[in-house]
Amino acid sequence: MEKRVTFRGWMLPLLLIAPQVFISAVFFFYPAGQAVWQSLFIPDPFGLSKQFVGMGNFEFLFSDRHYRASFYTTAIFSILVTLASMIPALFLAVLADRLIKGSGVYRTLLIWPYAVAPAVAGVLWLFMFNTRVGVVSWYLGQLGYDWNHVLNGSEAMGLVVAASAWGRISYNFLFFFAALQAVPRSVIEAAAIDGARFWRRFFTIVLPLLSPTTFFLLVVNVVYSFFETFGVIHTITSGGPQQATTILVYKVYSDGFVGQDLGSSAAQSVVLLLVVGLLTVLQFKFLEKRVHY
Amino acid sequence: MATVTLKDLRKSFGPDEVIHGIDMEIADGEFIVIVGPSGCGKSTLLRMVAGLETVTGGEVLIGGERANEKEPMDRNIAMVFQNYALYPHMSVAQNMGYGLRIAGLPKAEIAAKVEAAAHLLQLDGLLDRRPKQLSGGQRQRVAMGRAIVREPSVFLFDEPLSNLDAKLRVQMRLEIKELQSKLGVTALYVTHDQVEAMTMADRMIVMNEGRAEQIGTPMEVYETPRSLFAAQFIGSPAMNVLDATIRDGRVMLGEVAVAETGKRPGPVKLGLRPEHVVPAADGPLAMDVLLAEPLGANTLLHGRLAGTEIAFTASLQGVHLAGQGGAATRFGVDPVDCHLFDPESGRRL
Repeated sequence: MEKRVTFRGWMLPLLLIAPQVFISAVFFFYPAGQAVWQSLFIPDPFGLSKQFVGMGNFEFLFSDRHYRASFYTTAIFSILVTLASMIPALFLAVLADRLIKGSGVYRTLLIWPYAVAPAVAGVLWLFMFNTRVGVVSWYLGQLGYDWNHVLNGSEAMGLVVAASAWGRISYNFLFFFAALQAVPRSVIEAAAIDGARFWRRFFTIVLPLLSPTTFFLLVVNVVYSFFETFGVIHTITSGGPQQATTILVYKVYSDGFVGQDLGSSAAQSVVLLLVVGLLTVLQFKFLEKRVHY
Repeated sequence: MATVTLKDLRKSFGPDEVIHGIDMEIADGEFIVIVGPSGCGKSTLLRMVAGLETVTGGEVLIGGERANEKEPMDRNIAMVFQNYALYPHMSVAQNMGYGLRIAGLPKAEIAAKVEAAAHLLQLDGLLDRRPKQLSGGQRQRVAMGRAIVREPSVFLFDEPLSNLDAKLRVQMRLEIKELQSKLGVTALYVTHDQVEAMTMADRMIVMNEGRAEQIGTPMEVYETPRSLFAAQFIGSPAMNVLDATIRDGRVMLGEVAVAETGKRPGPVKLGLRPEHVVPAADGPLAMDVLLAEPLGANTLLHGRLAGTEIAFTASLQGVHLAGQGGAATRFGVDPVDCHLFDPESGRRL
C-alpha cells in the first residue's frame, strides 16, 4: 500500500522541498541556463564583448571533423569503462559472496580504491605506465612489448579506461555484493535441487535477480564515464595523443578553457547535456522493461 | 521411489553438535513427519538428506546408496521450501519446468509434463502468471508442482504450510497427503505443528534438542509416548504432568490414590491427557475450575487441583458451562490412561 502524507496548506510542503530546489537552482538550473544562453553567442577571447550568432556555434560544431571524432571516442570510452568496471566488480562480488570467513577484510580491502580521487588514481596509473620510469612499462619492455601511450592512441585509451574503471570497481562491487546477499538462499538451493550447477544457477537465477542493481549501475556508470573521468584523462593523457582520448567532456574543457572558444564550449556542454539525458531516457525506456523488481 | 536410511546421522557446526545420532529406516512410499519445537534440529536433519548441509557423522542412504558426498542435484530428490522459493522472474510454467530444462528435455515434453502437473494441482490457466501475481495457496501449489514434475524418488517438505492461513493449511494438508499417496513417493515432512504430524504421518520422528525422542506411528506416540517430551508435545491440549509417588502398588497424588500400578515404588511423573479424565462423583481428582472454554463439541476446563497450585486441564465432551466460577469438580481416570515417567530421565516407566 502506498503511504502518502496529505498537507492541508501549501506553505509547509514548499518549505520542505525548498533546500533541494535551492541547491538544484544554484548548481544546476542557473549554470545550465547560462550554458544554453552562452551557446548562442561568440565572445571575444577577453570576454569584453559578445556577438549573437544563433545556432552558429552548433552548425560549426557538427561540421567539425574533430568534434564528430570525439563523439566516437566517447562512445568507445564509456562502453569500455562501463564494462571494465562492472564485469570485474560482479565477478569479485560473486567470489566474496561465496566466502564465509574473512569476507569483512576482503570487502574492506576492495572498497579502498573508491576512496582514491580520480585525478590521484590517474597519477598513480601514469607513474606505473610512464614510458621512461614506469614499473609496468619496464616489465612490458622486458617481455618485448614496447609500451608507449604517449604515441600510441589505443594504448592511451586502454590506460585511461583502466584508470577510470579501477576505482569504480569498488563502487560497483559494493552494490553487487549487497544485491547478491539479498538473493534469497532458498531460491538458490531450490535451483541446486532442480539440478542447476553453480554457473547455470548464476546465469539463469542470480543474474536476473540482480537486474535492478545492474540496471542502476549501468545508468550511473555511463554518466560517470561521461563526466567524472575528466580528472583521469587530464592527468594521464590530456586528451592525446592526437585527440585519441578526447572525450566530449574533455573537449568542452580544452576548447573553452585552453582554446578560449567559450561559445563553442558552451554549445558543446549543451550537446553533452542532451546526449546524457537522451541516453538515460533510452536506458529507462528499453532496458527497464527487462528488469525484474 | 526409494527407501531412505539414516545411520547414526550427526551434524556439528564447529564444536557444537546439533544432531546427536539419528537412526531410521524409511520404507518406499512412506510419509514421515519430523516434528519438534523450533531449534530442535528438524530442518537441519531434512537439509542433510537434501544435501544442503554437509553430514559430519554417520550416513544417509537414498535408495540403498550412500548419498553423503552427492550433490543435491544427484540425489533425485525434490524439496518444497517454507517460503516456496519460487523463481520470481519466471512464469509459473517456467518455474515448474526449470528442472526439466536443466535436465535437457525437449520443449514439447516439458510443456506436456508441466501441463499435467498443473492440472493435477488445479493450476490450469495460471501458467503464464508470475509468482508475484499468485495467492499464498497458489504459490504453495506451484512449489509442489515444481517438485512433482521431476518425478523424484523422495519429496522433502520444510514446513511448507506455515505461511498459510489456518483454513488453507487444513485443505493443503489433505491435498499434500493425497497427492503423496497417489504418486507413491517417499516423503519427509518437517513441521512444528503436532496436528499436521498426527494427521499426515505414516510414522513420525519426535525431535528434541537434536535427538529423536520417539519414532513411531502417530497412534503409538499418542498412546504410549516413550518420553515426557513426546508425551507433552503430541496431543492438544497438552498432557497434564503431575508429581506423584508410587506407594503400595498405587499411584499417589499427595494422599489420594489415582490408580493401581505394578511399577516399583518411588517418585514418578504422572501424565494425564485432558481428554482422558472423566467426570466421576467419587473420582480421585478434585479440581477448582477457573475458566471454561466451550468449543462446541467439547469444553476445556482450566483450573488447579483442589487445595494446590498445580495447574490442570480437562477436556470434556459436550458443553459444560456449569463448572465456571470456581466450583469444584471431581474426575476419575482409567488406569490405562495413566502415563508414568521417570522423574530423572523423563523416560517412560
